[in-house]
Amino acid sequence: MQWIQLKIDDKKIRVPEKTTILEACRMNNILIPTLCHDPELTNWGACRLCVVEVEGMRNLVTSCTMEVQQGMVVRTSTPDIREARKTILELIVANHDIDCLTCEKMGECELSKYAYEYGVKKDVFQGAKREYELDDSNPFIIRDLNKCILCGKCVRACAEIQVNHVLDYSKRGFETQVGPAFHLPYGESDCVFCGSCLAVCPVGALTEKQMAGKGRPWEVKKIQTTCPFCGTGCNFDLNVRDNKVVGVTSNPGSPVNGRALCVKGRFGVEYIHSPNRLITPMIRKNGELVEAEWYEALELIAERFKTIKEQYGSDSLAALSSARCTNEENYLMQKFMRAVIGTNNVDHCART
Amino acid sequence: MQTLAYPCCEKCNHTASTPCRDYIKCRVEGPLCHDDPDCKQKRQDFLAKMYDPEGLTKQILICTGTGCVSSGSQRLIELVREELVKRNLDETVRVRSTGCHGFCEQGPIVIIEPDKTFYTKVKPSDITEIIETDIVGGNKVDRLLYRDPVSGESAVTYETVNFYAKQNRIILNNCGQINPERISQYMAKKGYQALEKVLQTMKPEEVIEEVKKAGLRGRGGAGFPTWLKWNLCRKAQGDKKYVICNADEGDPGAFMDRSVLEGDPHAVIEGMLIGAYAIGADEGYVYCRAEYPLAIERLKIAISQAEKNGLLGKNILNSGFNFHLKIKAGAGAFVCGEETALIASIEGKRGMPKVRPPYPAEKGLWGKPTNINNVETWANVPHILRNGADWYCQFGTPKSKGTKIFALTGKVNNTGLVEVPMGISLREIIFDIGGGIKGNHTFKAVQIGGPSGGCIPEELLDLPVDFDSLSEVGAMIGSGGLVILDDTTCMVDIARFFLTFTQKESCGKCTPCREGTKRMLEILTRITKGEGKPEDLENLETLAGVIKKTSLCGLGQTSPNPVLATLRYFREEYEIHIREKRCPAHACTALLQYHIDNEKCKRCGVCAKNCPVGCIFGDKNNPYEIDSQNCIQCHTCIDKCKFKAITVS
Ligand SMILES: Cc1cc2nc3c(=O)[nH]c(=O)nc-3n(C[C@H](O)[C@H](O)[C@H](O)COP(=O)(O)O)c2cc1C
Ligand code: SF4
Ligand code: SF4
Ligand code: SF4
Ligand code: FES
Repeated sequence: MQWIQLKIDDKKIRVPEKTTILEACRMNNILIPTLCHDPELTNWGACRLCVVEVEGMRNLVTSCTMEVQQGMVVRTSTPDIREARKTILELIVANHDIDCLTCEKMGECELSKYAYEYGVKKDVFQGAKREYELDDSNPFIIRDLNKCILCGKCVRACAEIQVNHVLDYSKRGFETQVGPAFHLPYGESDCVFCGSCLAVCPVGALTEKQMAGKGRPWEVKKIQTTCPFCGTGCNFDLNVRDNKVVGVTSNPGSPVNGRALCVKGRFGVEYIHSPNRLITPMIRKNGELVEAEWYEALELIAERFKTIKEQYGSDSLAALSSARCTNEENYLMQKFMRAVIGTNNVDHCART
Repeated sequence: MQTLAYPCCEKCNHTASTPCRDYIKCRVEGPLCHDDPDCKQKRQDFLAKMYDPEGLTKQILICTGTGCVSSGSQRLIELVREELVKRNLDETVRVRSTGCHGFCEQGPIVIIEPDKTFYTKVKPSDITEIIETDIVGGNKVDRLLYRDPVSGESAVTYETVNFYAKQNRIILNNCGQINPERISQYMAKKGYQALEKVLQTMKPEEVIEEVKKAGLRGRGGAGFPTWLKWNLCRKAQGDKKYVICNADEGDPGAFMDRSVLEGDPHAVIEGMLIGAYAIGADEGYVYCRAEYPLAIERLKIAISQAEKNGLLGKNILNSGFNFHLKIKAGAGAFVCGEETALIASIEGKRGMPKVRPPYPAEKGLWGKPTNINNVETWANVPHILRNGADWYCQFGTPKSKGTKIFALTGKVNNTGLVEVPMGISLREIIFDIGGGIKGNHTFKAVQIGGPSGGCIPEELLDLPVDFDSLSEVGAMIGSGGLVILDDTTCMVDIARFFLTFTQKESCGKCTPCREGTKRMLEILTRITKGEGKPEDLENLETLAGVIKKTSLCGLGQTSPNPVLATLRYFREEYEIHIREKRCPAHACTALLQYHIDNEKCKRCGVCAKNCPVGCIFGDKNNPYEIDSQNCIQCHTCIDKCKFKAITVS
């Protein structure tokens, strides 16, 4: 690997080759605003907010796409650059539905973060605004194109994380929009509701239906956990408010899955607080299921296994385990069957 | 032997699968592999028949370029053929369909060779007279000759038409002269000789060196040195390389690429073959907009003829060089002319530009090193390699060599395609070739370079037209559009026109271009409606600056040019719109006020009856008046008033 020496804002910096200027800045705590960049997605260079000045270049360049070069001289915060960024933000805001009061994204919105930082007011450019209908025809994702800033992250997430290619840009000029083919609503498209697009949207254009009105980002506690639905072991954050799970958000730090999740993991939280949920073991007494203590239930099971084994032999018992169990659980189960019961009758639903 | 491309006798064994290295030379000088006076005679007869310099037989050339076809030239061909058969002349008089002559405004164009008689605006009803008077009688049909708009004199041959006399047609030379659907006619005009020379005598590096010496710069807009691009692509690592011909031609008004493809498709193919050899590519694409069906059709024919004759495919002319060429029809988005968007479009994706670097020369089509040149650039290549860089360098200026084709339109007498040496002045193009301004109007400005270009005022008309002089004054050659504007054109409105185009064609990927041009357009629209504010001009300039500096691709980066250039040379006109709510050119309809002159008005009421919004009030006893609040400036009342009592100010 080759090291590249360059100067950013008069500071000498050494980074590995192929690093982008943005990465080099972030490694050195130099702040650069970005809206369309995402380290997990291909570089896109669309929002143009991350522009910096590189000596010898005619125009400003996007730091998220430009790789460092030996001896490069970069400036990241000249008045010119700040002016350009501010204008870009003003242009975005001019075509954005400023509905922050009740917007689900409030507090986590990247646009409002930078608008605040750059002192952007909403009425600098007055003119036409997009007017699309809200797409909330499905149970999971609310799509509000009037807030979309066309950063294209959802398009890339769908193509690169979920590899589903449901989303793309359509139309041109001021009418450009993103969404499924033929402008279908999400619910009628080939979307599998993995929510990857939702996870990357920097503004309130894609929000989670179930979490609407359930709590502001600063009111919920994020608790990292492992998804119980299957054995893959995806991690995510349970969003908890007042001891109640209000939803799931993906956590880019998850070692197994990054931000990718499936429809069950991301949206299947309703059961947690469902009144129909079994919360104790049940034992059938006199033909009726009755709530029991764990020790009681386990004793009964052990007792019955023992008698069956004594009466009919070890091979009269078999175990079928589930893909929803973790590896460790599956291991324990077969160990139990072999060492304790004494049979090789072990099978698994995912064996075929 | 059906055409020149065919073998002379059984001894010739050139086919696509057993190629002969001297195939091209053989066709015009041959046969070369055996000595047979008969065969030689056959070839010479063919050449003579095709370009009959002695005028033994007459030829009727009928233009079948898109312009003339749409004004009915196909029908003319049928009629001429019928007429010749009727008079038993079909053996002695040849009828040929040709590519575009560039003077479409005068179409359909019919030329009689070898006399070079130039007939314009020929209608089906003129055919009998042409045959009778000219072909049979040997006289000219005077009323169909071109009449000079300034002197009023008629020009008998095309060489004496001012529009052609001052041109220097190298690239367009074959257009209008050969039948583009016959490879043999291209061969007879020295076609594919450059390829044969390159494959037999030159190393790829030498080809690049020759193009460097010729100083060829890209004709697609930016004027980038062609050899440099070839060299980068040649040096790029890759097991597979591509060459692409950019025939997207999205600039409104430009049609030189279409004309070259329609009129001389083999020149482009030959250029691409030479480029591919120099670069080390074995596959190429012509990316042509689907709105050019005739160009695509002609290209298809040309490709299949070249394949049949072993000029495309494997082991071309027994040199070991392979090259396959495909056509990709684009859906006609302006942005697809941008090279990275074009590549995305060939790959089947939405035509959206990508950030460069990496440049296509390193990572282009399907991630492989790719070289893209414009149609006209490719068409220059065979001339350079056949005649040598020194010959080429006699045309043009030290830094902009060769010729450039312009599409001359607007308020000028002669509109059409003109090929001129680089460095010629705008004045010569507009007043000598273009025949000056139409009607009784005066020149105001020339819009050059299409939506990415700028406007040049009268005082700069002696500027030499080359890549660098134009960019110094805020314009560019671009694709070569030249729109002549006269005193009836409003410069604010013209800026608005071009910005409307770029805003509509913005791919929508990046913020400054998508949102910024919209806001600029809104400001311009306001100004043309008399609703401009004093701070608007400054806002326009600030926005333009940000859009230029931060947009992703050339479309956005150049989109403010028409506004900036008009602000630079015609600022006063903007100010008058804002300050006095008036359009000096009387072009912005919203700023026009209609008045009825009571002295002249006879109170007939015709205007009131015809006003579509009913905003004219009056009767026999009360004078007629126009309610300017509701008037939509449609001009109906003026047209209807027999007494010329209504004026506009
Ligand atoms: C918005 C935009 C549209 C373009 N359209 C065309 C076009 O229609 N034809 C063309 O040859 N080049 C076009 N270009 C220029 C190409 O990107 C490219 O530079 C050119 O094809 C290179 O060929 P050359 O070096 O032979 O000029 C366009 C560029 C931009 C930014
Ligand atoms: S939910 Fe998943 S599949 Fe559906 S559009 Fe978003 S990323 Fe694509
Ligand atoms: S929906 Fe969100 S992620 Fe997708 S383009 Fe719009 S702002 Fe970006
Ligand atoms: S400058 Fe315009 S056309 Fe080019 S990428 Fe940006 S939005 Fe698309
Ligand atoms: S973050 Fe670089 S262009 Fe958007």
